[in-house]
Amino acid sequence: MSIDQSTAAKVAKLARIKVDEEALPALAAEFNTILGFIEQLNEVDVEGVEPMVSVTPMRLKRRADGVTDGNQQAKVLSNAPDAREGFFAVPKVVE
Amino acid sequence: MLDLTFETPKPKTIAGAKHDWELVIGMEVHAQVASQAKLFSGASTAFGAEPNSNVSFVDAAMPGMLPVINEFCVEQAVRTGLGLKAEINLKSAFDRKNYFYPDLPQGYQISQLYQPIVGEGEVLVEMGDGTARRVRIERIHMEQDAGKSIHDMDPNMSFVDLNRTGVCLMEIVSRPDIRGPEEAAAYIAKLRQILRYLGTCDGNMQNGNLRADVNVSICRPGAYEKYQETQDFSHLGTRCEIKNMNSMRFIQAAIEYEARRQIAIVEAGGKVDQETRLYDPDKNETRSMRSKEEAHDYRYFPDPDLLPLEIEQAWVDDIAASLPELPDDKKARFIKDFGLTDYDASVLTAEVESAAYFEEVAKGRNGKLAANWVINELFGRLKKEDHDITDSPVSPVQLGGIIDLIASDAISGKIAKDLFEIVYTEGGDPAEIVEKRGMKQVTDTGAIEAALDEIIAANPAQVEKAKVNPKLAGWFVGQVMKATGGKANPKAVNDLVAAKLGL
Repeated sequence: MSIDQSTAAKVAKLARIKVDEEALPALAAEFNTILGFIEQLNEVDVEGVEPMVSVTPMRLKRRADGVTDGNQQAKVLSNAPDAREGFFAVPKVVE
Repeated sequence: MLDLTFETPKPKTIAGAKHDWELVIGMEVHAQVASQAKLFSGASTAFGAEPNSNVSFVDAAMPGMLPVINEFCVEQAVRTGLGLKAEINLKSAFDRKNYFYPDLPQGYQISQLYQPIVGEGEVLVEMGDGTARRVRIERIHMEQDAGKSIHDMDPNMSFVDLNRTGVCLMEIVSRPDIRGPEEAAAYIAKLRQILRYLGTCDGNMQNGNLRADVNVSICRPGAYEKYQETQDFSHLGTRCEIKNMNSMRFIQAAIEYEARRQIAIVEAGGKVDQETRLYDPDKNETRSMRSKEEAHDYRYFPDPDLLPLEIEQAWVDDIAASLPELPDDKKARFIKDFGLTDYDASVLTAEVESAAYFEEVAKGRNGKLAANWVINELFGRLKKEDHDITDSPVSPVQLGGIIDLIASDAISGKIAKDLFEIVYTEGGDPAEIVEKRGMKQVTDTGAIEAALDEIIAANPAQVEKAKVNPKLAGWFVGQVMKATGGKANPKAVNDLVAAKLGL
């Protein structure tokens, strides 16, 4: 797989990262280096091998259904650049 | 099985300018899981709280916070799967669906794309005319809900409330087996009914606890059958997805509009673009959500914060053993055990609370009589005042008492209605009320005879007329009823009048 400039621009846009036009060739090249490195893994035959998701044999931790959190409106909003009447206030977004 | 007796309904056909067209519809229903706390945090799911008060740092996506799954939400998803006769996947996994929106602080939604918890199932959708559509369920997965953005509080700002962020949703995905707007509404209604029976979702559409994305495409007659034979989608038209609808009426209107829009495009030689659209109920039209198109590249990947979800068959079996009787079974049983009509059984089983109420009234009594009273008198009265069965002022014991009084001939049907009104508005024990207020039917023929004799003596002209024209006997019956305050047994009166007048 090879990443061209327009793909690099698209990835940047999806990630909401502003990349100048002139920086795109270098970015695309960097992506290709990374992907090339990872692609070496394709050489390993993993036919019939279960993907390993954890190095220790752990079971997904569960929680009982009870309200144990919340009621901290001020704390939740404390980092917001703008908050009004208990809401986060953000630049208008309308479909 | 009961459902084998159903015929398949005819698909809806829309006449275009050139040919007839059929509709093909698939739905993704988002049902909010009925739970106390959210899917991955301990914050409350309660509706209508102060903004941003039901928010944990997990929901607000503060750095370093980790999701811990709510076991009850998993149980509810499994219960729903079992209720839809679906296969349960003992191993499922969570993925991140990445997109940016102000009401999604994580920048991704935790969902189950690759390995959902529930696989294929089905819903039998009855159309009320003896036909029923079997709609296949493709999958059900669990995911987080997003927050709520409010756009009308300020001209330049949007306000965000994260109370709903992280609440557990079940996304119930159907195959494209629905063939018209009415079927789509009936499908939602049936799904809602099953979820409410199971207690896994309250089905409140107004609050957005049950909402649907509807995929609509059109095809020429005959093409759909080819799709069903081969499961090859190329026989069908290009679909458009209408997002986020929470009203049965709007769902039907949107499908109708969307189908006509697509027909117009295709008949004019154009091509339908696969896209996401939004229904505007004020204008009754759908319009493209272009902004969604670019963001459609969700770059899913397995969520590294969550191990796969592994559940045990024994646990699934326990849940299966605890399932309530479901609507189809309950309806079939009501028809069989109480001798009800299909229609009455449908009305009584529509809500689990109504069914329970009816069963308590009907227990040990005449099922049809009980059904009539519950549907015609009680439901009618409740509807008038916009009450639910759960806040009925008349208890099943009281209504049963009224029916017993009718069945034992203690009161007439007419008096029973007056009695019902008294019990409804004032309460009390029906038998006692009848006793105290002297509402008992007069079956004592002596008393009726005395009243009748008086009337006959006072109206010789009427007697002569009635002897010529027997239809006029009704006048005497009416007079006796009047004289006895409506308490005389109508059958006894009829018999006596006929005998006395020699008819």
